[in-house]
Amino acid sequence: MLRSLLFLSTALVSALGVGSAQVTVRIERSDLQGPRAMSEQTRAAVIRDYLQSWQSMRGALEQNRPDLLDSSFIGTARDKLAETIGQQAALGIKTNYRDLAHDIQLVFYSPDGLSIELKDKVEYDVEVLDHDKVKTTQHIISLYLIVLTPAEVQWRVRVLQAAAE
Amino acid sequence: MKLRVLLLHCVMAVAMMRPALSQSTNMTLPTPVEAGKAFSISIPGSGKATLYIIGLGQVLKRDVSLGQSAFFPAGSLYNAGRYLAVLAGESSTQSGEFDVSPANKPAELAFLARPSRLPVGQHAGITGAVYVFDAYHNLITAPTPITFELSSPTGTVQKRGVETHDGSAWTSMDSTGQQGMDRFVVRAGDISSNRVISQVPSDPCGLKMTARQSGRQLLLVTDPVRDCNGNAVSDGTIVTFTESFDGGQSTVDVPLKHGVAQVQLASHNGATISVASGIVMGNQIHWKD
Repeated sequence: MLRSLLFLSTALVSALGVGSAQVTVRIERSDLQGPRAMSEQTRAAVIRDYLQSWQSMRGALEQNRPDLLDSSFIGTARDKLAETIGQQAALGIKTNYRDLAHDIQLVFYSPDGLSIELKDKVEYDVEVLDHDKVKTTQHIISLYLIVLTPAEVQWRVRVLQAAAE
Repeated sequence: MKLRVLLLHCVMAVAMMRPALSQSTNMTLPTPVEAGKAFSISIPGSGKATLYIIGLGQVLKRDVSLGQSAFFPAGSLYNAGRYLAVLAGESSTQSGEFDVSPANKPAELAFLARPSRLPVGQHAGITGAVYVFDAYHNLITAPTPITFELSSPTGTVQKRGVETHDGSAWTSMDSTGQQGMDRFVVRAGDISSNRVISQVPSDPCGLKMTARQSGRQLLLVTDPVRDCNGNAVSDGTIVTFTESFDGGQSTVDVPLKHGVAQVQLASHNGATISVASGIVMGNQIHWKD
């Protein structure tokens, strides 16, 4: 089990190395709530699609383009991020989120298999630009709760919410 | 030399003229703000600056006067999450982080109940999962008491009390022995969400037929077909009659009509006749003219 998790971590780190700074991904061994067992294939797919969502989100917030969210976000998460992008655009602000490290724990797999909840302690840099002038760059470590649901051929983020630790 | 002295004087002058922003203590950020509630950020110093509140859920920008509190009325920040407060003055910038937490009062339940239709008498056959949200669609992460209740038309009620963990909770229930439409309800605080679960009869139980001569034919009729809980198996369910004789075999599939299945087959002395429905075998008859 541990070997497979380590393998998964390595695979994900490698996958995320394309086109961006290397992102460190650690998958915590978790006591998954719910009666449903999760296959390794599902686990890998969920984590892959979740990590990809950070890339989609980064592009969308950096360019103020809500359409870039569509591939990875759905429902509340998409609506809230799109609203943020609308506010950024109205104020002349852009933000650049660079995720550096993820420490992921799967916490809940619903009995019907239609939702998966993760916790992720994310380490990221956020650069704030006002009318293309950099105002600050901050390093943030925050715990996120994420709910993903299956859509067509991938998992999409339905809830993305930072939670006080 | 004169130039260096002049530059030094200039630097000192600029340093003395720097807005209070750089000399002041840091701005005072709120401890977790409840989503939708008013809050303020205390900003010492003097002069003008721009205050940015940056998060994945919302972005705000305000021109502020240093030395005063920046007041944000109720409804300003309603999306839970981590926010970065950036105070940008003419020559310096301060920043800090604070959290907006979900409101504790549940306002919306995302209820996933499965399946919508199942046979009676299935142990843990019905499952329900719920995510609890506040009025701003924030996932309520604080443990929240939840009640799941499955009630059948006959008045049987199964009830489970659980607490959410990281915003979610789940349960499983047995389908009851009686067919009909069950009501599956989840409650949190004073809100609820419900689903209808259709319980249908299970497989036939004690399938039995009788045979009698009808001219040169054999009339085969089942008793009313019921499941093991006594529910009438739905019309349309296929019943298979098989007659084996002298190395030959006839098989006829008949749908249940008004609770019974019947068919006429050619009568063969010494034939063995069996009845089945799906994987359930009924009785056998050895026919003698």
